[in-house]
Amino acid sequence: MATVPSTANVVVIGAGIVGNSLVHHLTRLGWKDVVQLDKGALPNPGGSTGHASNFIFPVDHSREITDLTMDSVRQYQEMGVFTQSGGFEVARTEERMEELRRRMSSAKAWGIDSELVTPAQVVEKVPFLDPDQIIGAFWTPTVGVVDSLRAGTIMREQALATGELTVVAGAEVEDLVVEDGEHGRRIRSVVTDQGTIEASYVVIAAGVWSPKLGDMAGVRIALTPAVHQMISVGPCPQLAETDGEISFPIIRDMDTFCYERQHGADMEVGSYAHRPILHEPEEIPSIEQARLSPTEMPFTEDDFDQQLEEALELMPELLGAEGAEIRYAINGLLSLTADGNPILGESEVKGLWVSAAVWIKEGPGVGRAVAEWMTHGHSEIDLHHSDIARFHPHETTREHVRARTSEAFNKTYGIVHPGEQWGSDREVRYSPMADSQKALGAVFHETVGWERPFWYDSNADLLETYGDRVMPREHEWDSRWWSPIINAEHLAMREHAGVVDLTAFSIFDITGPGALASVQRTCVAQCDVAVGKVVYTPVLDAKGGFLSDLTVMRLGEDRFRVVTGGAHGMADRKHFTDRLVDGAELADVTEEVSTIGIWGPKAREVLASLSSDDLSDGGFGFLTSREIDVKGVDAPVLASRISYVGDLGWELYVPFSAAASLWDALLTAGREHGVRPVGIGVYGTTGRLEKGYRAFGAELDAERTIVETGMQRPKVKAADFLGREAYLAQREAAPAAVLCTLTVDDHTSASGVKRYMLGGEPILTTDGQLLTDGHGHHSYVTSAGSAPSLGKHVLLAFLPPEEATIGNRLAVSYMEELYPVTVGSVDATPLLDPDNERLR
Amino acid sequence: MADVLVCVKRVPDFSGEVLLSDDAQSADARYVGHTLSNHDLCAVETAVQLAAATGGSATVLTVGSADAVEQLRTALGVGCAAAVLVEADPVTLGPADVAREVAAVVADHEASRGASYDLVLLGNDAADSGDFQVGIRLARLLDRPVVTGVQTVTLDGDRATLVSDVAEGRETYRVPTPAVVTVLEGGVEPRYPTITGRMKAKKIPVEERALSAEPVGSGRVRLRVPAPQSSTSTLLGEGPEAAPAVVDLLQQLGVAR
Ligand SMILES: Cc1cc2nc3c(=O)[nH]c(=O)nc-3n(C[C@H](O)[C@H](O)[C@H](O)COP(=O)(O)OP(=O)(O)OC[C@H]3O[C@@H](n4cnc5c(N)ncnc54)[C@H](O)[C@@H]3O)c2cc1C
Repeated sequence: MATVPSTANVVVIGAGIVGNSLVHHLTRLGWKDVVQLDKGALPNPGGSTGHASNFIFPVDHSREITDLTMDSVRQYQEMGVFTQSGGFEVARTEERMEELRRRMSSAKAWGIDSELVTPAQVVEKVPFLDPDQIIGAFWTPTVGVVDSLRAGTIMREQALATGELTVVAGAEVEDLVVEDGEHGRRIRSVVTDQGTIEASYVVIAAGVWSPKLGDMAGVRIALTPAVHQMISVGPCPQLAETDGEISFPIIRDMDTFCYERQHGADMEVGSYAHRPILHEPEEIPSIEQARLSPTEMPFTEDDFDQQLEEALELMPELLGAEGAEIRYAINGLLSLTADGNPILGESEVKGLWVSAAVWIKEGPGVGRAVAEWMTHGHSEIDLHHSDIARFHPHETTREHVRARTSEAFNKTYGIVHPGEQWGSDREVRYSPMADSQKALGAVFHETVGWERPFWYDSNADLLETYGDRVMPREHEWDSRWWSPIINAEHLAMREHAGVVDLTAFSIFDITGPGALASVQRTCVAQCDVAVGKVVYTPVLDAKGGFLSDLTVMRLGEDRFRVVTGGAHGMADRKHFTDRLVDGAELADVTEEVSTIGIWGPKAREVLASLSSDDLSDGGFGFLTSREIDVKGVDAPVLASRISYVGDLGWELYVPFSAAASLWDALLTAGREHGVRPVGIGVYGTTGRLEKGYRAFGAELDAERTIVETGMQRPKVKAADFLGREAYLAQREAAPAAVLCTLTVDDHTSASGVKRYMLGGEPILTTDGQLLTDGHGHHSYVTSAGSAPSLGKHVLLAFLPPEEATIGNRLAVSYMEELYPVTVGSVDATPLLDPDNERLR
Repeated sequence: MADVLVCVKRVPDFSGEVLLSDDAQSADARYVGHTLSNHDLCAVETAVQLAAATGGSATVLTVGSADAVEQLRTALGVGCAAAVLVEADPVTLGPADVAREVAAVVADHEASRGASYDLVLLGNDAADSGDFQVGIRLARLLDRPVVTGVQTVTLDGDRATLVSDVAEGRETYRVPTPAVVTVLEGGVEPRYPTITGRMKAKKIPVEERALSAEPVGSGRVRLRVPAPQSSTSTLLGEGPEAAPAVVDLLQQLGVAR
């Protein structure tokens, strides 16, 4: 057996499905001198992989997760360890049936063959299921099971065959040594109980133990070990007669949060219905201490009693069969994160990578994607929802993770609205004007801890003013986490002006003699501009995919301010930090600088009434910034004339201490002009959609290009920047997809209730056929929302180029009904005010 | 129609490493959870089989903490029909206390039923404290015959036949009932609960009782975990050449012929 070497290029910690996938893909991509460590013995070292139920349902509402899963299935198939069984998600309630209709949307959008079926159709394939318990089901034929231990062995052996991998089983990592360098901390070595390895790269793929390993290097890995209970009941005579591991489709009993999966003569019943049972990584027993394995904790029977009853209800003859006993029962440990997504990518310690909180269903796909990322700096599948850099500091605390995962656990099979708000760990960050907002009846939604007013109940009077123009929604689902007041505020902004709290922006100042070079090599747009200029720019990866879009202000020769959305702020900070040249520094001023926007036809008049500065179009041009004085505000206000809502106005940057006075001054001065406080519902959705403005995470991600999104400028700057070569090539080729703006022509459903899409729905031909773009992807709605000034519901979607023609009539599928839509714009041209006259 | 009382103890599951509590008075089940020892499980299985074979009933009893209801439910889940918990902090109890409490329950139950338990079964010894005394002390208190280390039990009228396989051969005892028997694992295969069994178990009320007298305790100073037994492994060979040696060994163990 191999011993621990003294040096390695890369050390992978963990030999579960994730570690094994990683060593395979790293060596495949040409990495040399790879060492894999696990404290346990192979092939089953005692992690979660050893006792997984190992089934895969491909459809998820997240495109990223679905793509990783589909890639994993492909890899499992190539290794010959995938058995297709088919799977049903059964509904016991009408509410669940509606969710299954929504699942059909995701299936179609992500290109997975699924259909809704009747109880009788379920019983045809699963004769021991009681059809009277269910009202319908979602059938996916490509559901299957894998042998994840065998897959791990195959991948490890493939890696060993390259001659570049050393595997040491039975070696426990006890410390990670990090050194301080000029550009931050960097990994140096891995200390094991059998010697120390100097390494340039280390990957933590240690499943539920990952936070403990991260702590060794001062990196917080925000996951918690959590119990998932599973029992195995058998021998069941109905199963004993069948050949092989699985012959019947897997059942997910969605309303009881349970599944039933055949395993030979046994039926495995697993549950997400019990109380959340969280553990601390430090408290997981050692291999010696554990009864079965460290991740098979003693079964707590009481937590499962309810599930037994419900499972028996669904499959009385099978689970109640003579001789069918509960032969195995565990509290299995798996990893949960606050947002449910994996934790992947390079940590703030250079060279120290993480690949954790990954399920069997995504394992090999994640292995490939992370290996690509380590190799090229980007992966084929966009991973931004899983990026470890996404976390804001408060989101990495154990308390936050415990609170959110406790809340989310019972939603594993839950019906989660796209706008759903968390109940736990709220009120973490408030902007300085929160008192005023509360007094105004703000309805707060959360973004990365910030409590942001989505609308103000004090604006309810506007509902009467605007009547039906607020486009009220009759259906509870369509109007959940939404209010017609948003649309009323929107109309008031367009008519008068609105004041918006944008404190949640992430703001970094980049300074020093290297500041210009740092910004230039990161951003696509020309940033070597006159002091005072404001630049809107994409940030790309090397393959020309979007990492971000944001604004950069040149505040001085050696001084730039980067302003970006809070949600992606931490990842953006890493993009800039990673590309700082010598002589440049980045300071995060998010918690010091508050931002307030004022937009609308009256914006200039209101602001001018408070300031002696020249705010005329000639004196304060579009896309410029400068400090102004504002009456009643005890600090200089940095005003920037840009707009994300398509109306004349400014973003005003002000120290936290002076923000409330600026807020009050604007509202007070604006009152006589009909100016209202306006929520994020307007800023993030209605305002931007009328203008066709793209949003990162919706339209823009690493799989989309500037050309496809219609955002190319006539010229490309001469200075080099990341992704330049790829971008130049993209400009020469015809786009594979075109981002279009569509409007819904008729909202009336079969029942007569008007329905409003919320995003994620497939765009189809008028007769319901899928559209496929040049990437082989199907068209789906990336953003949806009201455009109250147009009286239309607007959808953004990437269409195949041949469908991207103005006036083209297509359909959107919502809850399994088709609604007619028309293409209104095939580039960034806004539906409202195409010549941007309102901005002047 | 045999009525059997089976006495069990909630103990840590010692298939993992044994850890002690800080005061070394008990074992720590933090990582391993609680269970019934294999002897106890075999005693329960024997009780359930006897009850089923004769149309009688099996009652399970434990002297222990309120949490021990979990173990009572395990026994109920595989076919016991009634359960008794004598609630007490197990650390304060010695074998004389446990025997006295069981005897008190037996006396009470027999008085109210007007009939005696044909058999009182216990596990041979407790997996954690290992005193090996309760069965014998109980028999003395009840003035009944006792046989320890029994693997199979058959009842024929008012006689019980008790068999165990020991290193020297097979021992068979015939005793008149009522009698006390301590059960050694190996004679019966304990069953797992069925879902319906488990659900039924949930609904059976547990008779809760307090101690009948102040405990005298065990006089135990402290527990100590013995040094791990050194195990030696013999390498039988490598690759296909090792096959004959493996076959030999399997034949020696009686696994293959
Ligand atoms: C009951 C149950 C059923 C499940 N069923 C499914 C399913 O049907 N489908 C599905 O997709 N997922 C399922 N999962 C989830 C799945 O098991 C896990 O998500 C997956 O196995 C995680 O793989 P991993 O490689 O990240 O972690 P692990 O398999 O836990 O591997 C981590 C490895 O790191 C090693 N390690 C840790 N610390 C150190 C150290 N200090 N030094 C050296 N080595 C160390 C460990 O020994 C371990 O081998 C299930 C989970 C449970 C509990």
